[in-house]
Amino acid sequence: MSLFTNGYQSRQDRRKYLERTLGLIAATLVLYWLGINFVKSPSQFFQASLIGLSNGVLYALIALGYTLVYGIIELINFAHGDLFMLGTVFSANFVAMWLGQEYLGGAQWGVFFVCLIAVMVFCGTLNVGIERFAYRRLRRAPKLAPLITAVGVSFVLQFVGLRWNGSGQKTWNSILPKGAFFVGEVRIPYTTIFSFAITVPILLLMSWIVTRTSQGKAMRATAQDQDAARLMGINVNRTISFTFALGGALAGAAGLLFQQTRGLTSYNLGYQLGLIAFTSAVMGGIGNLQGAVLGALLIGLIQGLNDGLPIGLGQQWSQTVVFSILILLMAFKPTGLLGKRVTEKV
Amino acid sequence: MAITLKKENKSKKIKATSHRKWTIGFLSAAAFIWVFYTYVLIRTPEGFQSVVQSWFPPTGLNEALVWVICALGLNIVVGYAGLLDLGFVAFWAIGGYSAGWFMSAFFHQANIHILTTANPALPGIHLSFWAVIFIGGLICAFFGIIIGAPTLRLKSDYLALVTLGFGEIIPQVFTNGENIAGFNMSNGTKGISPVDNIGVPGKALGPFDFSWKFAIFVLLTALMVFVSLRLRTGRLGRAWLAIREDELAASMMGVPLMRSKLAAYAVGAFSGGIGGVAFATHVNGVFADRFNFSISIILLAMVVLGGMGNVWGVMVGALLIAWINSTGLPAFGDLVNSTFNTSINFPSYNFLLFGGVLILMMLYKREGLIPESRLKAILHEADDATSNIGGSH
Repeated sequence: MSLFTNGYQSRQDRRKYLERTLGLIAATLVLYWLGINFVKSPSQFFQASLIGLSNGVLYALIALGYTLVYGIIELINFAHGDLFMLGTVFSANFVAMWLGQEYLGGAQWGVFFVCLIAVMVFCGTLNVGIERFAYRRLRRAPKLAPLITAVGVSFVLQFVGLRWNGSGQKTWNSILPKGAFFVGEVRIPYTTIFSFAITVPILLLMSWIVTRTSQGKAMRATAQDQDAARLMGINVNRTISFTFALGGALAGAAGLLFQQTRGLTSYNLGYQLGLIAFTSAVMGGIGNLQGAVLGALLIGLIQGLNDGLPIGLGQQWSQTVVFSILILLMAFKPTGLLGKRVTEKV
Repeated sequence: MAITLKKENKSKKIKATSHRKWTIGFLSAAAFIWVFYTYVLIRTPEGFQSVVQSWFPPTGLNEALVWVICALGLNIVVGYAGLLDLGFVAFWAIGGYSAGWFMSAFFHQANIHILTTANPALPGIHLSFWAVIFIGGLICAFFGIIIGAPTLRLKSDYLALVTLGFGEIIPQVFTNGENIAGFNMSNGTKGISPVDNIGVPGKALGPFDFSWKFAIFVLLTALMVFVSLRLRTGRLGRAWLAIREDELAASMMGVPLMRSKLAAYAVGAFSGGIGGVAFATHVNGVFADRFNFSISIILLAMVVLGGMGNVWGVMVGALLIAWINSTGLPAFGDLVNSTFNTSINFPSYNFLLFGGVLILMMLYKREGLIPESRLKAILHEADDATSNIGGSH
């Protein structure tokens, strides 16, 4: 950086310097806040971080759906959060149907994995259907059109959820083992371990599909340049459908995990969680898969720390904190943490 | 393109008289409705009165006008300048709370009375309704610029997201605003109620004085229509349309992008503020839990359904959706249920209705019910290309 040797040549340089200073100040303040909280009560600090991270992996699954779709057709799929919501409702009903009243013993794991497959297929198919009927025709239309359509789809899905789940919140029994073990004073529930154990292989599988298979290669090619990809013999429509299926399946998995670990469903769940997940995707740099996971873990962590620490704003400001981060990011670093700077098409 | 050019010419020719024409039409329609509700309705038979009360109650009419005012504001942002705003509820909320702050006994520490009809013994800040409309509008415009300035250089979909976040933050601030470092800013979920009456010469309008409020809301709507129409033909409006159609080309032609976009935001927010103040006087209070995302979406649906960029289209869309939302759908449901002896809960189909309207309009009639000719051309520019995609492979 020749910032200091050449002086401030242009507004761009000055702006960059200002941004860096502000960023440093913000980082210092955050570190200071974390520091005093840590000193005050280390166990609470770790507890809050753990809760935050276990939310974070859930956000990661949803955020990947956003980032995949944005990466390939540059559409903010507002309906994605509601797809996740339908996933929670589907898995709740599915598990309840199998489980009945009595305890199934070892068979519960079977039920769980059957449900995981079923919900992934369900949400994947639904997402492909949405793309086929609502978004495909608008692919070349001005940006505003598909975006408004996505908002419309989100409302329709919420209607389905409202019909299916009722207007209130429903609580369900979980088939995952209850209880927890303690490390020092920090309580670690088995469900947290379990959601990590489910999520990490799914994420690895995802990254394998995108980076190592020919379908993944087709996806990356289509994301770069649709016309060129078509000229190379890639079936663009099928590739986009596949991307939607992948994103939907991840949302379905997140739905099952959420329903099993929290034990509740509600028709308006998808909107809030979807927004948070999207914020994570943006934070990591939208279109970037690793970025989405990183952003989701960070957002989960921030939320967990804000809600759980002794000196914090508390849960009622949770949304405000997350969206303020979103707005600040958009203003100062729209490319996100890991995003590459691309030339703006205006 | 030739057809559109011809239309533009024609509109130029009648430009001199056009404002007089619509003003007379609009105001006479409003006067007709006013006379009907104040003088004719009470002289009609009982049965007819109750039908009118359940299908078109006067309160619903006033509320619909508030929606029209806000939708016209959103139309300037979305329809004219082509910037998607998904957080318009924030401006509605800020406008509402400015009425709560400056027209009620809420700030009991202060005791300020200026040109108001409120009881002078009452503590709090009491300003005239007409002043509060401007103050609320200005506060909203200020916030519009604050949120717009750092983010308007973003691409359109990012901008939509930032506005959405803003629309989430503001209501949460008001919901939690009971105790911000010891200061009660918004009275939390309890809200601020009642707000002062609207003072007109020689009279103070109580909360149930619908016909007078109707007249005032009609005037505010007329003001918004006038502003929208004038701005559109003016320098700023042409700059907005140019930006909407091609940002790069517009900036090459010397249109100041940032300034024009900010102006669109400020004007839109200003009208949101007016709507907020009007709504606060309509329901006689402000309540934080009313301000949620669905308001932003309903406003967007109004603009899209009516026809983005067309003032009359937006007005029709807003009146239609506001009516469906408040009394139309329940009244229609009652009618269907009593005729066919069913028990379908029609208002519960709200979500489906709005979602469906947005999707179907975007797929089949992107330009809205009453389209604006220029926008129609742009929105269908790419249709030939789209049909090509479907056919390949």
